[in-house]
Amino acid sequence: MSWQQVCPLADIPKLGARVVRTNDKEIGVFRTEDDRVFALNNACPHKGGPLSQGIVYGDKVACPLHQWKVSLETGKAEEPDVGETACYQVKVENGNVFLEV
Amino acid sequence: MQKMKLVVVGNGMAGMRTVEELLKIAPDIYDITVFGDEPYPNYNRIMLSPVLANEQTIDDIILNSREWYAENNISLYTSARINKIDRKNRVVTAADGTQAEYDRLLIATGSKPFMLPVPGADLQGVLGYRDIKDTNDMIAAAQKYKHAVVIGGGLLGLEAANGLKIQGMDVTVVHKNEWLLEKQLDKTAGKMLQKNLESKELKFLLKKDTEQLIGKDGRVSAVRFKDGQEIPADLVVMAVGIRPNYALAESAGIYCNRGIVVNDTMQTYDPRIYAVGECVSHRGTSYGLVAPLFDMAKVCATHLANFGIGQYKGSVTSTKLKVTGIDLFSAGDFSGGDDTEEIVLHDAVGGVYKKLVIKNDKIIGSVLYGDTADGSWYFQLLRDQKPIHEIRDHLLFGQSSVGNTGHAGHDKAAAMTDEMEVCGCNGVCKGTIVKAIKEKGLFTIDDVKKQTKAGSSCGSCTGLVEQILASTLGGGYAPPSTAKAVCGCTELSHEQVREEIRQHKYLNIPDAIKGMGWRTPNGCATCRPALNYYLISTWPHEAVDDPQSRFINERVHANIQKDGTYSVVPRMYGGVTSPDQLRKIADVAEKYAVPMVKVTGGQRIDLLGVKKEDLTSMWADLDMPSGYAYGKSIRTVKTCVGSEFCRFGTQNSTQMGIDIEKAFDHMWAPAKVKFAVSGCPRNCAESGIKDVGVIGVDSGWEIYVGGNGGIKTEVAQFLCKVKTSEEVLEYSGAFIQIYREEARYLDRTVHWIERVGLDYVKQCVVEDTEGRKAAYERLLYALQGAKDPWKERAQKREQFKEYETIQL
Repeated sequence: MSWQQVCPLADIPKLGARVVRTNDKEIGVFRTEDDRVFALNNACPHKGGPLSQGIVYGDKVACPLHQWKVSLETGKAEEPDVGETACYQVKVENGNVFLEV
Repeated sequence: MQKMKLVVVGNGMAGMRTVEELLKIAPDIYDITVFGDEPYPNYNRIMLSPVLANEQTIDDIILNSREWYAENNISLYTSARINKIDRKNRVVTAADGTQAEYDRLLIATGSKPFMLPVPGADLQGVLGYRDIKDTNDMIAAAQKYKHAVVIGGGLLGLEAANGLKIQGMDVTVVHKNEWLLEKQLDKTAGKMLQKNLESKELKFLLKKDTEQLIGKDGRVSAVRFKDGQEIPADLVVMAVGIRPNYALAESAGIYCNRGIVVNDTMQTYDPRIYAVGECVSHRGTSYGLVAPLFDMAKVCATHLANFGIGQYKGSVTSTKLKVTGIDLFSAGDFSGGDDTEEIVLHDAVGGVYKKLVIKNDKIIGSVLYGDTADGSWYFQLLRDQKPIHEIRDHLLFGQSSVGNTGHAGHDKAAAMTDEMEVCGCNGVCKGTIVKAIKEKGLFTIDDVKKQTKAGSSCGSCTGLVEQILASTLGGGYAPPSTAKAVCGCTELSHEQVREEIRQHKYLNIPDAIKGMGWRTPNGCATCRPALNYYLISTWPHEAVDDPQSRFINERVHANIQKDGTYSVVPRMYGGVTSPDQLRKIADVAEKYAVPMVKVTGGQRIDLLGVKKEDLTSMWADLDMPSGYAYGKSIRTVKTCVGSEFCRFGTQNSTQMGIDIEKAFDHMWAPAKVKFAVSGCPRNCAESGIKDVGVIGVDSGWEIYVGGNGGIKTEVAQFLCKVKTSEEVLEYSGAFIQIYREEARYLDRTVHWIERVGLDYVKQCVVEDTEGRKAAYERLLYALQGAKDPWKERAQKREQFKEYETIQL
């Protein structure tokens, strides 16, 4: 595991996300309105929908396929739905986003 | 900060509902003290009848246990009747000397049964029917005595009579009027009810005036009427009405007029003192049913919480009788007058009677007996003041008979819309129940009652709640909730939001959310797309179109598929293509290894399974405009061959379709919009099930609107007939523009027309020439200078990073 530079923060829209692909993973890197960043496995715990394509609000994202609400902080689905997707460490330094993979 | 002191006088349903509502929205601003003169915590007074009928116990009907008061830090004094309010020092004093200071006072002293002022009314064995004590006294009397007389054939009287009969007494109901429940039923239904109750061995004496109660050894023994008749009575229950209990307030100098007079915020003439429930007089009316009390409680709580937003404007009430096995429903003014019309269905043998009273094309009252399934639908039509002439001929046969095909097998609950009220007492709509069932994982009626309050008051909707529970849990399918507020982020309705955006000229979502007091910092996945649409449709060319508030399909101009790939559907105006276009499509499909090429129902070609990162290059290669097959926008204009080739064609429908599609290209709307143009009434383009369907006839064009071929097939309705193709554009454009401006987000044209009525639409589009031209101009203005989104993205790829994947 190591920190890898992803992109400038400005390349991720506020209340939006970008898709980052590694050799074996697809990760959604999200940015909230107040410029916090989060990284989730780009698959909804429900039917594997690409969470990065959903609408981001507060610190949640609504999956584009069936509107499951997933917490950006924990990767957990909002009740009463049950499920969880993996979270990754992510940070912003000097205006650049880094991801630990 | 020190909390304010709230004292509540009256531990009944209205007072405690106000406290519950208050705790929901402002749990921390008051120290609350409650005084009740009965020895019990708050219980469900409406359920006394089932207790008397042995269907429930006292424990079942307790609404707030003593633990509940403790958990919420409420000081509760029971058996403590307040007999003095000192407004100067802001202190109340109970009969036992207990005192409590207040900053705000809530009076909810309810009502008292009206006791007929006849000789003997003070004898033992003469009761009102109001509380647990009365109920217990009746149950005790039934053990010892035989003859019961209930004076009053209203709801309460009949429920008492039914209960006493079940307790084993011989019961006679005495009533002044010619028929029972004259406030709820007309004569026909009243007589049907009487017959039914007589079959349960209840006796009735109608048109009788009580003269005197005769006693023996201090206890009542008989009732004598003014006509001289006398009947034996060991127990007399007076159920001739209630009177607001306002003596305490009046003695404190608060202005009363047959009730404590309150304004629309439930405030009395003393601004520190509020009053709710049966004790108040609001706009000259006092209510004795639970639904208005709960409405008052909601309003009062917002003012106690210092929000100052709610207004109570009075209630239209509906009633159901809680006598097991008897189905009746009444609402509004059902007796009518010279200026009203009636629609009646009367099946004496089948025991069904339905009457609707109509005035100025609107339902103003209804009486249903024997079959009350459509009661809530009629009540909704009544409250919404909906014109009914369009559905008049099948109105009486119920909602399921009105334009609702393709639902065979669905039960009643399933046929209800989310906005429809299930529980009239608590104002709980089907949507709320379904949402709770889904979101909270509810499985039992009790859970639903607890979470939603539906069925927790009078209980007459329990059957319906059960159906909803069954259909929600069983079928797997439940329509998304469309409760009145836009979403959980706000209390505002769609209409209110649109109005605010117009008035304050909000031009972006952050300003709008802030200005309208959203509860969340940046909305949610439900409200943001709606807000975005409302902004851009209200202020075209000025409002900011926020891509992050658009659903993915509209953000990337392609339709997401289940595996995260996208579909690409280029425009083919009017469904007409060319060898050149087809060649390009074929080349692109090969180049990008498109897994499926499919002809759509809208007469064009769908390339399915495209990777997101390929979208922009594919659009560049295609060099065709976007078909907007992914948006709440104009989709397709389906056409038939028309007069150019077809031997039956009367008009050039193909060209008409192309003209429409070009004129309205790039148009966003509350939901998808589909057009069709057929060249003759054979209607090969299926104009009858489109949002706007145009049918060519020899003398011009007929325009139909509000059709839908989706979940629920809806046949489009005739709007008007015009002569020229320019007129087709103007009329259909104006129609669509008014829909764009007035419909709720995600409502198709059919839903919008259902709400506002076809007459209104005709008025705006057909009759009001100036209005039509202006609306059409507004649409053209909104569409002015619109750019093709694919071309834009294909040309300026560096500005649209969204399509690129970052490779590590």
